[in-house]
Amino acid sequence: MKNKVFASFDEAVADIPDGASIAIESWGAPGTAQNLVAALRRKGVKGLTLITHNFIPTLFSEEEALFSSALLPQLKRLITAVVGIPQLGAGAFVKEYVEKGLEVELTSHGVLASRLYAGAAGLGGIYNPVGVGTILEEGKEKRVIDGKEYILEKPIRPDYAFIIAQKADKLGNLVYRGTFRVNQPVMAMAAKVTIVEANEIVEAGEIDPEHVVTPGIFVDRIVEIPQEGYGTAKRSKELVYRLGEIEIARKMLFR
Amino acid sequence: MKQRLDRNTIAMRAATELKDGDYANLGRGLPSLCALYIPEGVIFQSENGLLGYGPLVMEDEIEKAELYYVDAGGRFLTPAPGMAVFDVVTSFVMISSGRLITILGALEVSEKGDLANWNAGTDALGGTIGGGMDLAVGAKRVIIAMEHTTKEGKPKIVNECIYPLTAKECVDLIITDLAVIEVAPQGLLLREVAPGWTAEEVQALTEPKLIVAEGLKEIEL
Repeated sequence: MKNKVFASFDEAVADIPDGASIAIESWGAPGTAQNLVAALRRKGVKGLTLITHNFIPTLFSEEEALFSSALLPQLKRLITAVVGIPQLGAGAFVKEYVEKGLEVELTSHGVLASRLYAGAAGLGGIYNPVGVGTILEEGKEKRVIDGKEYILEKPIRPDYAFIIAQKADKLGNLVYRGTFRVNQPVMAMAAKVTIVEANEIVEAGEIDPEHVVTPGIFVDRIVEIPQEGYGTAKRSKELVYRLGEIEIARKMLFR
Repeated sequence: MKQRLDRNTIAMRAATELKDGDYANLGRGLPSLCALYIPEGVIFQSENGLLGYGPLVMEDEIEKAELYYVDAGGRFLTPAPGMAVFDVVTSFVMISSGRLITILGALEVSEKGDLANWNAGTDALGGTIGGGMDLAVGAKRVIIAMEHTTKEGKPKIVNECIYPLTAKECVDLIITDLAVIEVAPQGLLLREVAPGWTAEEVQALTEPKLIVAEGLKEIEL
């Protein structure tokens, strides 16, 4: 059996070169592969293309949590549906990087999901009605099909995907947790190399086949999150309480 | 100054558009208040991959926050019996296949039902797109809940939207602090006015010409 389990996050990202494209979900800290993000920061590669649903600044210190936005200084190009938090000036925090040459391609959550699906499935693109008459249609081919207007959206096929799973078996079968599944299954399918950090790695057979969400064929490397790593249950619970102490977060995240 | 409906009352009126058995996705801000008034049997969807969730966690009950269950805005919510989780591809198929009703906020709505609600500026990085465009295009019914005018008193129902569009010709019904207006093939149909307001007074705060519906009545809750 080919070994997919890596001993460290640094080894798991060791071959990622400058200029690589990487899909990383970031819809809340526990749904972000934070340990792999940290390893990529240590590696210091540059000129990356990041594909992420939400590119938002963290409200925590870097020791507490990392979102995909922690890679900002290493990016050449960003494809996302959300830049920043409206209450905190939306995209203002990326402006200095845009002035220095960062390209930002805005899309919508649904369009991004369908483009990743197209990439995964080997399709040449998707005709999507979302975005007709908006900034999303700029520079893209449009076509009328059965009387309705569509925009040609190109597939996304990232070099790598960083995934966080609740549980992985040694064959790479994955189970997620709660709403932190988000768009990770299609990111894992679309990427050429999928790297997973898992709260728990178990033997093959310990996950009920009926419960597997991402089958192991889509997973190349797995690293277990250590006690002191990002995204453990204990650490995530502490973050909830920390959110309660941050006024802007309290207003946004609790009723 | 005549009294307008407060934000909670707008939400209450918007909530009456949903019935037992409907699936609904609520936008942030005013629309999220509708959750407080929605009749039993309405099932909420959140675009990050959740169907059938319970109430949002209140500020003074953080210890109840279920770490692994948040809505698309990252707000903590309580799981409910029969809740389902799924990935974002599945979630946006729910949205684009016309199975949901959505209640959204707006910066502007045009006479034809064009919606602008993601960016109050001219800079593309001044707002966030998120899943709003998908909801506006894909939902079975798009209901707007908003104040009738801006803080400066300018109409938000306009001939043409100035702000960047979310979607063209997508709005079905507009519910404001002054009126309930249907976007109909013949134009904007004024169906209800706030108590004490006349059609002429609502028209004066609305840019396009309103067609007064037969049986115009006061907003009832």
